[in-house]
Amino acid sequence: MSEVAEKKYAAYICTGCGIGDRLDAGELEQTASRDGRMNLVKQHEMLCNKEGVQMIRDDIANEGVTHAVIIACSRRAKVEAFDINDIAMTRCNIREGVIWARPDTDEAKETTQEMANDYIRMSCGEIKQMNKPSPSGQQGRNPNVLVVGGGVTGMTAALEAAEAGYSVHLVEKTGALGGHVAKLHKRVPFKAAPVGTPNSPDANLPMPEDTGIADMISAVEGNDNIKVYLNSTITKTSGAPGRFSVDISTESGDTTTENIGSIVQATGFKLYDPENLPEFNYAGSPDIVTNLEMEELANAAGDGPIKRPSDGKEVTSVLFVQDAGQNSSDEDRLPYDSGIGDLVSIKQALYFKHHNGDGCDTTICYNNLRTPGAPGEDFYRSGQKNGVIFTKSDVKEIVPGDSLTVKMHDKILDDDAEVKVDLVVLDLGMVPNSGPDPYAANEALEGMTDEERAEELEAQEAHAADETSVKVESILNLDYRQGTDLPHLKHGFTDSHFICFPYETRRTGIYAAGPVRRPMDIRQAMDDATGAAMKAIQEIENAAQGRAAHPRVGDLSYPTFRKEGCTQCKRCTVECPFGAIDEDEERYPQYNEARCRRCGTCMGACPVRVISFENYSVNTVGAQIKECDIPEEWDEKPRILVLACENDAYPALDQAAISGVEISPWARVIPVRCLGSTSLSWVTDALNNGYDGIIMMGCKRGDDYQCHFVRGSAMANERMAKVGDTLESLNLEPERVVVEEVAITDIDRAPQLIQDMADTIEKIGLSPFKF
Amino acid sequence: MSELNKAMIEQYRNSFLSEVEANVEEGEWVKMCMQCGVCSGSCPLGKHWAHPPQEIFMMIRAGKRDEVLTSDSMWMCTSCYNCIVRCPRELPITHIMHGLATYARKLGLVPQNQPTAKFAEIFWNNMMKKGRVNELKLGLSLYFKDGFGPGIKEALRNKDLGMKMMKAKRMAASEFFGGHGVKDVSGLQKMIKKAQELEDARMKKFD
Repeated sequence: MSEVAEKKYAAYICTGCGIGDRLDAGELEQTASRDGRMNLVKQHEMLCNKEGVQMIRDDIANEGVTHAVIIACSRRAKVEAFDINDIAMTRCNIREGVIWARPDTDEAKETTQEMANDYIRMSCGEIKQMNKPSPSGQQGRNPNVLVVGGGVTGMTAALEAAEAGYSVHLVEKTGALGGHVAKLHKRVPFKAAPVGTPNSPDANLPMPEDTGIADMISAVEGNDNIKVYLNSTITKTSGAPGRFSVDISTESGDTTTENIGSIVQATGFKLYDPENLPEFNYAGSPDIVTNLEMEELANAAGDGPIKRPSDGKEVTSVLFVQDAGQNSSDEDRLPYDSGIGDLVSIKQALYFKHHNGDGCDTTICYNNLRTPGAPGEDFYRSGQKNGVIFTKSDVKEIVPGDSLTVKMHDKILDDDAEVKVDLVVLDLGMVPNSGPDPYAANEALEGMTDEERAEELEAQEAHAADETSVKVESILNLDYRQGTDLPHLKHGFTDSHFICFPYETRRTGIYAAGPVRRPMDIRQAMDDATGAAMKAIQEIENAAQGRAAHPRVGDLSYPTFRKEGCTQCKRCTVECPFGAIDEDEERYPQYNEARCRRCGTCMGACPVRVISFENYSVNTVGAQIKECDIPEEWDEKPRILVLACENDAYPALDQAAISGVEISPWARVIPVRCLGSTSLSWVTDALNNGYDGIIMMGCKRGDDYQCHFVRGSAMANERMAKVGDTLESLNLEPERVVVEEVAITDIDRAPQLIQDMADTIEKIGLSPFKF
Repeated sequence: MSELNKAMIEQYRNSFLSEVEANVEEGEWVKMCMQCGVCSGSCPLGKHWAHPPQEIFMMIRAGKRDEVLTSDSMWMCTSCYNCIVRCPRELPITHIMHGLATYARKLGLVPQNQPTAKFAEIFWNNMMKKGRVNELKLGLSLYFKDGFGPGIKEALRNKDLGMKMMKAKRMAASEFFGGHGVKDVSGLQKMIKKAQELEDARMKKFD
């Protein structure tokens, strides 16, 4: 069709699943056509079956339907059956939202029907504000994966992506592939003892094994799909998934620019600096070594015994200090535990049993022995079986001398002890090789008064201007508006969502893998790299089709703004949790579709309401708020607007209804993509229209957030702090508007929150704004 | 200090753990203990032990030879087997405790007047006479283990129980004269003697 097609609105009412029994379908049909002003209204006894869907498809083809409302179950049910992308479509939830949420009694019949009628009016209002979403076409299919870091994680990611048919650019800062693993003598075994292996002291248990890194390096070098850049770093990354432009520069300054589809950052870790631990006296003796230096000693030993560095004497006793500088509450030490240090020390203690004989005393001083992973407990037993001594003790001090004196406190025997050993190995923690955190400056400001804020900003500027100050080097050098690198989650590790999407970061199309994400061993890093490679591939294909990544997977809509209305306030560019929005030369926001996760936080941020999606906007929700019938005051039927996050709160309400938990008949629930997309105007409009109460249900915010868009619910909470002014100006009670954190498991609590609001309204009376 | 004890100290100068592994029954299991403490928590007499099993195992590894071998902790074990049943690493803890006790006795390190040790000795001697335990004599030797006066007192205290046992034919006064035994007492004694010789020869290595 070349000419602009005329809009044709259709509503389809499903009468299956008991809808037809509980509700007057004729009245629903009338509501849709009369109040909803739909051009076409049809009923079907089971809309989600082949016939029902075919009926809709036929109407699109033959009747020219361009906009459809499916009046049936929740938008979270029958997603595949109603996967209709070629027209604008919305779902009106009268199954979970109405009949299942209400008791099947004569008294409830009237309010239940009203509820259904309202939801139909609301959806019919919404669909008129919607358009069919279509991708921007900003990027095509780019099958190139950039892997940053040539260690075991980076190489695994490269091999996995290459094997799947994608071409890989592997950038390594040093002159050789292999990273830390190439320097290891042996690795912790990958497999546990066979099932049925007895607990006896002579059982056949796993032992340290070859690292396998040489094979991996030659596999990478021999793979035609992988191009390796040694001695190289990333000097600039611009664009978005599907159209990244990456400058790869060598030490000498030669730069190649590559077009990249998606990025895996596998920059690994460095060891915590032992010089910060004065009690262990690392600088005081060459015989006090780090866990990585221990590997070098083992490599140097060849087939002979391991010798101590100071005088080359064969080591007859060695002591391992576990968790050195880890799990500490002291400011400059690591607040976390690498988790794998005990496995590593068992492995290294076994080196001595192998190279220096059974007579070599090997003692591991641990506090909490943790041996995670498949071989874990068996490897611990393997150490015990081979005569490694484990003592639960605090090492207090190491005194250098002809042999080292280790002063410790035995925690089982509650006894101070001193032992003399030839060599001490410090189990140091893993520190991620992350770039600078784009949000570090913001976080420092949180909770400060204005004065402190000004001081902190000044100090930050001074630090930035000071050329002598140590600055963390950027890894990706992104030219994003919101900083050069992946944001950190905790302790400098690049973030991901621990519950919902462990592989995603806050920069779409850039995936962190390996110890830069959290401390892990070789085996875990290889699994992690495989996952990251799969995500990178997925993002390449998503970007090619203009589809969103998690959690709105497949969403084709993306935000645009009305330039004439924009005041260049920059709120959208600052508040976007994913750094998706840049600024163009004229300082207008510049959207990057493939970086966007479609949460709508920008939409909620915009004070002049010029940002919208084709199928989700201030108007689509505004129309739903307006179309709901507000009964006269003397009807004594309050209306409670519930703006529910579609990821957690909305499914919690659905689940409540499925489980038979009653939901107040006064509630009118509108799903929002994220509470961060909530516009203050919705609240104002709702109050002006005569709603008696408003509940905003978002996800948990803060450090252990559960918001699928990371910062959305936090932003909403911040913005809604100002809602008090609106209530005051309308002369309304502050209890009428509440923001609640609701988890997907809150199936009893979510309906209770609505009931609480109904009770509050009964106490303070209906809104005076009903006209 | 017994000669054997001196020899053992010399042999295993620094490593009490190796000494235990070589000389204590089931001693090779000690290194497999993971210090979870389930044994100590499961022992019905645990609170009466100076060092519960978990601690004994740690002391062995820490080289606390004297403290372990002169301790009366392992003598407190009543062989209820709770620890063995519960040990996640399946250590034969009860056996190790008895092994340690036996080893301590061999080295002459048992605490003075340790009642369990004394009982064990009386029991052994009683049984070796006829190859069967003579309950009457065992009871009497126990009563009189601390002397004649306390023996009479103890015997009178238990006289009602004794009468009842007689009535129920659980004990016979005739046992006092000789008592029952196995068919081939001398054969048994020879066998035990041979075993003792082998054990002594093993230990002799260290003299």
